[in-house]
Amino acid sequence: MEEKVIVCKDLTKRFGDFYAVNKISFEVNKGEIFGFLGANGAGKTTAMRILCGLSYPTSGEATVAGFNVYKQTEAIKKNIGYMSQKFSLYENLTVLENIEFFGGVYGVPSAEIRKRSDNLVQKLGLTAEAKKLVGSLPLGWKQKLAFSVAIFHQPRIVFLDEPTGGVDPVTRRQFWDMIYEAAATGITIFVTTHYMDEAEYCNRVTIMVDGKVEALDSPANLKAQFKANNMDEVFYQLARGAKRSGD
Amino acid sequence: MIVLGYILKKEFKQIFRDKTIIAMMFAMPTIQLIILPLAMNFDVKHVNLAVVDHDHSSYSRQLISKIGASGYFNIVAAEPSFQQAITYIEKEKADLVLEIPADFESNLVREGTQKLGVTVDAINGTKAAIGGNYLLSVINDFNQQIPVNAGRNMPSGAIDITYSNWFNPLAEYRFYVVPAVLVLLLTLIGGFMSALNIVREKEVGTIEQINVTPIRKWEFILGKLIPFWVVGMIVFTLGLGVAWGVYGIWPVGSFVTMYVFAAIYLVALLGFGLLISTYTSNQLQAMFVAFFFIMIFMLMSGLFTAVDSMPPWAKLIANLTPVTHFIKVIRMIVLKGSGFADVQKELVYLLLFAAGLNGWAIFNYRKTS
Repeated sequence: MEEKVIVCKDLTKRFGDFYAVNKISFEVNKGEIFGFLGANGAGKTTAMRILCGLSYPTSGEATVAGFNVYKQTEAIKKNIGYMSQKFSLYENLTVLENIEFFGGVYGVPSAEIRKRSDNLVQKLGLTAEAKKLVGSLPLGWKQKLAFSVAIFHQPRIVFLDEPTGGVDPVTRRQFWDMIYEAAATGITIFVTTHYMDEAEYCNRVTIMVDGKVEALDSPANLKAQFKANNMDEVFYQLARGAKRSGD
Repeated sequence: MIVLGYILKKEFKQIFRDKTIIAMMFAMPTIQLIILPLAMNFDVKHVNLAVVDHDHSSYSRQLISKIGASGYFNIVAAEPSFQQAITYIEKEKADLVLEIPADFESNLVREGTQKLGVTVDAINGTKAAIGGNYLLSVINDFNQQIPVNAGRNMPSGAIDITYSNWFNPLAEYRFYVVPAVLVLLLTLIGGFMSALNIVREKEVGTIEQINVTPIRKWEFILGKLIPFWVVGMIVFTLGLGVAWGVYGIWPVGSFVTMYVFAAIYLVALLGFGLLISTYTSNQLQAMFVAFFFIMIFMLMSGLFTAVDSMPPWAKLIANLTPVTHFIKVIRMIVLKGSGFADVQKELVYLLLFAAGLNGWAIFNYRKTS
């Protein structure tokens, strides 16, 4: 049996009368690339924030890396990486300083930080920019850097919230190469996206509509189930009935 | 502890990378400490006086020349009627009107009493009130000379009060104001810097990235507090330098006592700023909240008005602000040379503030909402 790194059962988050996340249940296997799709306002980010230990659920159960989302949020945080929708490295620190800070905070030994950051900067082709402020980099590089920082401490799971928003197609492609590379080292990838071509790259995909999980399967099975040619059509069939829209 | 080291490294880099902030942090207190005390002069000189003399006697002329010679008054007009004199106050050309009634001299000599009319412009309350007091003391002094001049043995004020200003013999305002302004600047800089800091991370979104790491809450708050504490101590030292260099103020008491208090006061103050930071969600809100409290601190801390003469409820509020205690201690140390034993109570107050405010800030900072 495959190891489950995320297990959700009837997970719910309510703000007043509003069910941002309404009884969602799913499981994510180790090393899997798990796509989390849905229209704006469907509840993706809220669900992801709960799984990252940033927000408490209202009801239901969930464990991440074996830790409970109610009681063991800090233990979860040690085992995950997170890249938020909004770019959130420090713009007034350099590339190396950002890497050092986040590496240090996650407890990576300083010698190891130096070694890994040298490799990383080289791999990203940022050698010339290593000592430049992050704020001065173009968006595509920033996103690749943010992803690299999120997996720098070799977490078991990494959560990516619309990591490729606003990024050009070539960079997007490179970004997905990096995701595959990380997945190959055993890191589980949990990714939200609005790009349906990216959904095709995932092992399995969940589609959320109005706070509920409406579909969960591999892209191929979903296309067969909805008699669609591509994920775009699948998404359209599910999401057009949505009552909520907008962030 | 290692994690705290990384946080500190990052915070220091961020503070010292911003050249404008550095300039603001160091130039602002220096310049303000040079300018503000010069402007906040509580000594009243050049009180403009309009005189109405209905008597035209030798006594009335003697009184007027004595007032003119006191050095505090400019006699701007001598008018025949009160109605004409009062126009000077209306036009803001005079602060006071002194009206000497007819029969001033004869009543004084015959009955030993006389009434004078003093009208003050209460718009500039301080100047007029202090000017009025000066005028009364000049008149009082004049009063006592009358029996001598008249060559009679008239009973005059049996109790003669003389003042001496202990600890500040010349009653120089600068000894009183400069230490307080220094405290105020420290409060402004420390308060605003810390209040705006965490909230800025919230605004930019980096706090989310921090909250998703295993950083402990106390590590994060300490990581924010220590760099500002260092900056605050530098500003304090700079301020003492200006006080000495520009105003010639060298504390009578010990520097050790003063620095111990400054150190604890800063921890309390920064804790307060961080607390505001944890309650607000953007810099504008933080700014307004900080401003609200700092106004209260400024006006109720005993900088402008004596805490002892406030009504009981105001005294209570004043005592609930750390600034009040720190201003008191700094004045005591600078002017009086008070040692630890004299300011023990204040030490306890400040320690309680420091522990309470920081504890509250750590408690209220939520990594998971």
